[in-house]
Amino acid sequence: MRGGLAAFAATAAAILLFGCASQGAAPKAASDAPSVKASVPRYQPPADPYPSTYRPYPGVPTAITGATVYDGEGGRIENGTVVMVDGRIQAVGGPDTPIPEGAVRIDGRGRWVTPGVIDVHSHLGDYPSPGVDAHSDGNEITNPVRPEVWAEHSVWPQDPGFSRALANGGITTLQILPGSANLFGGRGVTVRNVPGRTVMAMRFPGAPRGLKLACGENPKRVYGNRNTMPGTRMGNVAVFRATWQRAVEYRERRARDPNTARDFQLETLVEVLEGRMLVHNHCYRADEMAIMLDMAREFGFRIASFHHAVEAYKIADLLQQRNTCAAMWSDWWGFKMEAYDAINENIPLVHNAGACAIVHSDDANGIQRLNQEAAKALADGRRMGIQIPDEVAWRWLAINAATALGIADQTGSLRQGKRADVVLWNGNPFSVYTRPQQVWIDGALMYDMNNPRLRPVSDFELGQPGEGDTK
Amino acid sequence: MKRLSLLLAGIAAFAAVPATAQTVAITGGRVVIGDGSEPIEGGTVVIRDGRVVAAGANVPVPAGAQVVDASGKWVTPGVVAGFSRIGLVEVDAVNGTNDTRANNSPFNAAIDVAPAVNPEAMAISVSRAAGVTRAVVSPAATNRSLFAGQGAVIDLGGDMQPITRARLFQYIELGEAGAGSAGGSRAAAHLMLRNALREARELSRPGGRPDDVLLTRADATALVEVLAGRQLLLVHAERASDILQVLALRQEFPTLRLVLVGATEGWRVAREIAAARVPVIANALNDLPATFEQLSATQSNVGRLRSAGVNVAIGMINDDEARQVRVSTQYAGNLVALTRIPGATGLSWGQAFQAISSAPAEALGLGGEIGSLRPGRRGDVVIWDGDPLELSTGVDAVWIDGVRQNLENRQTRLRDRYRRPQEGNLPHAYDPR
Repeated sequence: MRGGLAAFAATAAAILLFGCASQGAAPKAASDAPSVKASVPRYQPPADPYPSTYRPYPGVPTAITGATVYDGEGGRIENGTVVMVDGRIQAVGGPDTPIPEGAVRIDGRGRWVTPGVIDVHSHLGDYPSPGVDAHSDGNEITNPVRPEVWAEHSVWPQDPGFSRALANGGITTLQILPGSANLFGGRGVTVRNVPGRTVMAMRFPGAPRGLKLACGENPKRVYGNRNTMPGTRMGNVAVFRATWQRAVEYRERRARDPNTARDFQLETLVEVLEGRMLVHNHCYRADEMAIMLDMAREFGFRIASFHHAVEAYKIADLLQQRNTCAAMWSDWWGFKMEAYDAINENIPLVHNAGACAIVHSDDANGIQRLNQEAAKALADGRRMGIQIPDEVAWRWLAINAATALGIADQTGSLRQGKRADVVLWNGNPFSVYTRPQQVWIDGALMYDMNNPRLRPVSDFELGQPGEGDTK
Repeated sequence: MKRLSLLLAGIAAFAAVPATAQTVAITGGRVVIGDGSEPIEGGTVVIRDGRVVAAGANVPVPAGAQVVDASGKWVTPGVVAGFSRIGLVEVDAVNGTNDTRANNSPFNAAIDVAPAVNPEAMAISVSRAAGVTRAVVSPAATNRSLFAGQGAVIDLGGDMQPITRARLFQYIELGEAGAGSAGGSRAAAHLMLRNALREARELSRPGGRPDDVLLTRADATALVEVLAGRQLLLVHAERASDILQVLALRQEFPTLRLVLVGATEGWRVAREIAAARVPVIANALNDLPATFEQLSATQSNVGRLRSAGVNVAIGMINDDEARQVRVSTQYAGNLVALTRIPGATGLSWGQAFQAISSAPAEALGLGGEIGSLRPGRRGDVVIWDGDPLELSTGVDAVWIDGVRQNLENRQTRLRDRYRRPQEGNLPHAYDPR
């Protein structure tokens, strides 16, 4: 590799592809004459390396009529019509909504239409099925500070979990995150739930990346067991603060002197400081979430959402004040001390306080049932007197999730001009007896329960027992 | 001394007899027997002396019975968790509270979970409030032996006597996990099993045990009951070929009473399982190739097994089995949902409810005791405010052994404390009870 690079760099027009800051001796230039400086072009990092190559698949003008429509923002239309043209929502309305000539018409009577479901916390692809060591790529457990790793560079696009999420869960968009072993887990990526040969072919165009942080038991247990910092919660916070301080100083240095050597760790954090990258913070306990919110203020960044947030109900008022979402489970609890105080009414209590509530999975099975988890939480809330209409609760799976991911302008609700990410359910989507009937992504029909041809089979499943089966 | 003996007498009396179970008649509800039959409108359930007297239409209400009006509600047997580790764990990650496995014990098959079950585990009160009344509780195997030990069936009642039947079954691993514990291959696991059964058989031979045994005397003794068919043998196997090997054990050991646990690929050898008349306790909704043992996983597994004539029940195997048995109703409802998906095979409502009530009971040989509202069964009854399998439904009342249960638990207490997150005139710690 070295020799090849030296040979390559010998060409006058060659561009050095590797930053030389930390990798040892740089390859020699074509000549060692003093004028060599002028002949080596300055390396300009591309603004978007690993760019999305995702293109919507072809669709046809389609109109669903007669359905109960949840627009994902809290609106409900009975006997509703949804029209999709050229990959976009063209119209959402009542039975008199105009339908283009020649559009495919789908009878939605007795059925519901919602925006495609969004899961803000998934490890599909980086902890895929089968769960073998060779594919265990979600946690770079070599240092608690790893903001330089990108989850998308671990994503195996052939994970069979993606198709289950589509067919059983109506999932059209998901954020794939690093795990929570590290304080700074790395960059997350938002993807379309459309099979691709490469992760770039799945990447949601224009979606901001996320930064995964984790507080609480996981980092201090992993590194404390190795007798390295952090070994305590106070150690967690100290390492967080020291790292954010380095980022603040790096940002100032780079602003003064653009020739400052690149640091991929701190570069990620500067993206956060400058508001281009959204922070998703795995955090369970109320007191720790409060500390993280103050830390965000200390260093001038925003936490877009807490994930898991098992005790969010205890600080629902604080979450509302600080405009921070909470992505939660309906009723998972008890596996760690920090999950011991979970209650079934967490999500509706957060919603009731005026804060942004989201239902997430963090699980390849749970992602197939986010609508069911939302239904349980909704019912538990009603039983304690928090009456939230069905169509308003659907925000937890739609616009709230899209907002946390910074893509609310593109998807997350059925609004004219947005991407046609649509699920036609075969009944009330808050019923256990309901499943997706058809799913469109960017107006292309990507799943149809009545058409075995539209049941994706990943490379891994080809030639295996059960290939092509209804899963 | 007198005070002590009175105290002891009081304790003995308390321990010997459960709280008085008076005669109860639950009337007007939609009654589900739990045997697969369809619900009965406007039925009555009568419980006396801790047992079901009768359930169905036209059941007379005994004089003097406490009448509970269940109009507009559903009345069912309590949910039976077909496979779990509930009561053995408080917080999984806190080792001192986790009694599912003993990685450094010299014993394996002899291990008996009964003394380890804590009826005050938070998971028990949480699950009781969701309508679960009995649970199959199994030890977990370690990486040193394919024998996990002896499991029990418990009730989830709010008293200090949880055990319904102790040492009801032996649990063993015969897939990848078993292979690992036997030294690294399935072949070694099968040899290890046969060797162990042979050592059990030779325990009573004249001249005592030979010198080169692998099992402790205690472990070999435990397997005598299994070999004789007096104790069930629950075998965890997922892969189709492994399942066939489990069924083949009966050719070598015809007295074994086998139950298959897991069986994610069971649908592919459903005919063989049905022919062997081996019951199956399966995860309801495995549909991912989570391991190479589960390549053909599909949610239609349970439905296809049932269609082929297999007696199949739902359990939670390696799936939050210590804390989340309450999702059994959600899982069962999902199996009904499959009946509306072309190409999928699901269960009818009655079959699905059976899979979480009488089917697990019968798989464990306790169909005469629990899991249904047939006459003579334990008085485990739940009143639901709607369809028990539907997500919006809540539990109104629970009886276990005919005793009305308290449905409050730590989660309800936390909920009530934090209805309003903000403090009032005093910190939350001072909130009135």
